[in-house]
Amino acid sequence: MPGAAERGSELSEQIEAFAARLRRGGERPRSEDTARQTLSLLRKIVGNGRWSRAGELMDLIRTEGQRMTAAQPSETTVGNMVRRVLKVIREEYGRLHGRSEESDQQESLHKLLTSGGLSEDFRTPYPSLRANVIEAINEMLIELEGTTDNIAMQALEHIHSNEVIMTIGYSRTVEAFLKEAARKRKFQVIVAECAPFCQGHEMAVRLSKENIETTVMSDAAIFAVMSRVNKVIIGTKTILANGALIAVSGTHTLALAAKHHSTPLIVCAPMFKLSPQGRSWQKSTFTAQCLTTSLQSSLLSSFPTSGVMHLPTSTAS
Amino acid sequence: PELSREEKLQLRKEKKQQKKKKKGEKGSSAEPAELGAPPEPGQPRAAAQPPSPSASADGPGDGEKPTGGKSKAELRAERRAKQEAERAQKQARKAELSQAATTAKPRQSPTEPQSMVKRLPEHVQVDDPSAQRKFAKKLERQQVPLRQDYGTKVNLFSHLHQYSRKKPLTQQMSIPSTVIHPAVVRLGLQYSQGIINGSNARCIALLEVFKQLIRDYSTPPNEELSRDLVAKLKPHISFLNQCRPLSASMGNAIKFLKKEISCLPDTLREDEAKEKLQDTIDKYLREKIVLAAEAISRSAFEKINDHDVILVYGCSSLVNRTLCDAHAKQGRAFRVVVVDSRPRLEGRETLRRLVRQGIHCTYVMINAISYVLPEVSKVLLGAHALLANGSVMSRVGTSQIALVSKAYNVPVLVCCETYKFCERVQTDSFVSNELGTASVPFLPLGTFSPSPCCSGGVLLQGQDGEVLSLPLILMASPLSADDPDDLIVLRKGQAQLGGWAENKSLRLLNLVYDVTPPDLVDLVITDLGMIPCTSVPVVLRVKNVDQ
Repeated sequence: MPGAAERGSELSEQIEAFAARLRRGGERPRSEDTARQTLSLLRKIVGNGRWSRAGELMDLIRTEGQRMTAAQPSETTVGNMVRRVLKVIREEYGRLHGRSEESDQQESLHKLLTSGGLSEDFRTPYPSLRANVIEAINEMLIELEGTTDNIAMQALEHIHSNEVIMTIGYSRTVEAFLKEAARKRKFQVIVAECAPFCQGHEMAVRLSKENIETTVMSDAAIFAVMSRVNKVIIGTKTILANGALIAVSGTHTLALAAKHHSTPLIVCAPMFKLSPQGRSWQKSTFTAQCLTTSLQSSLLSSFPTSGVMHLPTSTAS
Repeated sequence: PELSREEKLQLRKEKKQQKKKKKGEKGSSAEPAELGAPPEPGQPRAAAQPPSPSASADGPGDGEKPTGGKSKAELRAERRAKQEAERAQKQARKAELSQAATTAKPRQSPTEPQSMVKRLPEHVQVDDPSAQRKFAKKLERQQVPLRQDYGTKVNLFSHLHQYSRKKPLTQQMSIPSTVIHPAVVRLGLQYSQGIINGSNARCIALLEVFKQLIRDYSTPPNEELSRDLVAKLKPHISFLNQCRPLSASMGNAIKFLKKEISCLPDTLREDEAKEKLQDTIDKYLREKIVLAAEAISRSAFEKINDHDVILVYGCSSLVNRTLCDAHAKQGRAFRVVVVDSRPRLEGRETLRRLVRQGIHCTYVMINAISYVLPEVSKVLLGAHALLANGSVMSRVGTSQIALVSKAYNVPVLVCCETYKFCERVQTDSFVSNELGTASVPFLPLGTFSPSPCCSGGVLLQGQDGEVLSLPLILMASPLSADDPDDLIVLRKGQAQLGGWAENKSLRLLNLVYDVTPPDLVDLVITDLGMIPCTSVPVVLRVKNVDQ
């Protein structure tokens, strides 16, 4: 069908454009936007791609996903979203195939140990699979919308009055978190500016517009003022499987200083930033925007309150 | 007519009682108490008020009369009255001035005259209006203009001064030329604009200017050189303190100079005395700064091994010299990682000097240290002062580097001359620090080109054509960003913080120094040898015994 071929090539173009944009870097896109774009692209693949069986679909998504992640390995949200979609496909297939979710998990673990591989071959075609998967992806998109708000809702539990809070760089999640708390409580914020791009300046200006008393200082003064700080609240780019963070350059210093003064460190991150990759990541390429600092996992667990992750309330795989 | 001792004591008592009636509990702060211990017949007074809670601050023994119930403050008031009496009679007494206190720290009358209250220096009491009023009066007496603070201060630092550099000092205050020597005015301007920067450079410049002061000084009739010169120095020191708070090295140098002046024997003629003073100053400069640097460079050379990767921070004249010397002595191949931080960006100066010598350098900003430290073998830092509890006071960011190095098990070595050892104790960076002076408007990254200047200095051109000329003093740095305005920067054509003054909720903090706890430092290399941080009080004790 010429229509399908057209759609196919159009889709391919869109994927290529997305990958090119990722590769270029430049402006620092919101992780949420990247995640949303990835999901939309994957939804289009599911909807318009040429596949008839679940297995083919998964292979298709895997290939496209690899192409997108190869464009910019530091954007881990792309890979995370691809993995979640694959999981969704597996679940939907399993449900259609007649198996319940729980036993599926149990069986697959058992099977992994005994047989060394999934016995599912995903060969049976189900016509409703396409619609189901698309619906599940739509749910994920809706869930994405609400992450920041869900995190901000918990702000009042963690910030009390007359506190001095320190943060670094510009994280929109943390900005929403602090703004929400500022509606009811009075506190001060110290922002480390994070040279050379000085994203901290923008964060400080935005916070001060909400009448939060903000102070901007250079990164060199982090240890010097840490003794007067009550809490450190940061955002992050990725959370690795061992609990380490990949965050903006300077976060490691901030964390060490907080540990030295026994100041609690809180990380605000939505679920789609969780990555199943481990520490082997840190030796690969990095971009100028987010130089990697990966916390040692032992460091993270020895903080007085270990990095508390604020999760949206909806379940996810 | 010479009053006998008893008559003088009587006079003193009467005056004291009169004053007590007049002013009630308010102590008399009318006299510049900086003249050190007033002379007491046959009673040399122990060290007067170094600004630290050391034992000597307990003051002199007042055993000359049983003063049961009389507090230290009342005795001081008595002695001041006695001084007045003497001066009124134009008596040139032989003063046995003891160790003079560091200047620029005016005495405040203790608020409770009955108890032993430690007197705090003025520059950490900016939030106390009565202390500021007294200081203003003192400056008025000395005819030194008072400098106004600038901008809203961060609450945590409201006890410190914060100045602006946008308008040069001479526009902000009118400086009486009869009181203050023009060379000192020029020095003050150079300090406040950040043209002379760095502990050693400031101290050397100060001593050179004092040499000139002494040269141009002539004793007025009926005065003793030893006392009058010290009195003449005071307004100059206050003025310099207004331009930029004195550093620990400058403070120690001034203490030394005052002691030398006051210990001059009376028998010398004026020109002989001046000659002797100049020689002493030269000797101090040579021994404490130049030769010390040589000694430290030699010691540190032993610590640099082949194929080392050395991390340095900011711009320290000692560390630069050490590295250049080590490189010049062939046989040690090493490379250097230069860490820099905004807004001062002093690391660029270090980078320039090292690269000119042919040393292989890497340049990073301070937030990348946890990325480079795994490949660094040692860290070499400079210091502004070493405090009595072993803490290192240095440029802001040093403590961070020490902290992260500790986490990576990289040894941290601090190079510091002994004349910077100071008897203060400080546990954090808040109690006494420096907040910005004035700003050099935002220089975007990497836009200056040095060009040789005919007077032997270096001309730097900022992007908007601004030209700063730097004398080639040991450690002159292009930017001396102290002002909060220095944090403002252009990114993507927009200065986010441009309107910070109008925004009530937004403050900028531009610290200059910070304090590194002694457990983060592994070794201190001094001209007396290589000592651990905790040996600093021992060195201080030995030095005091020597002097």
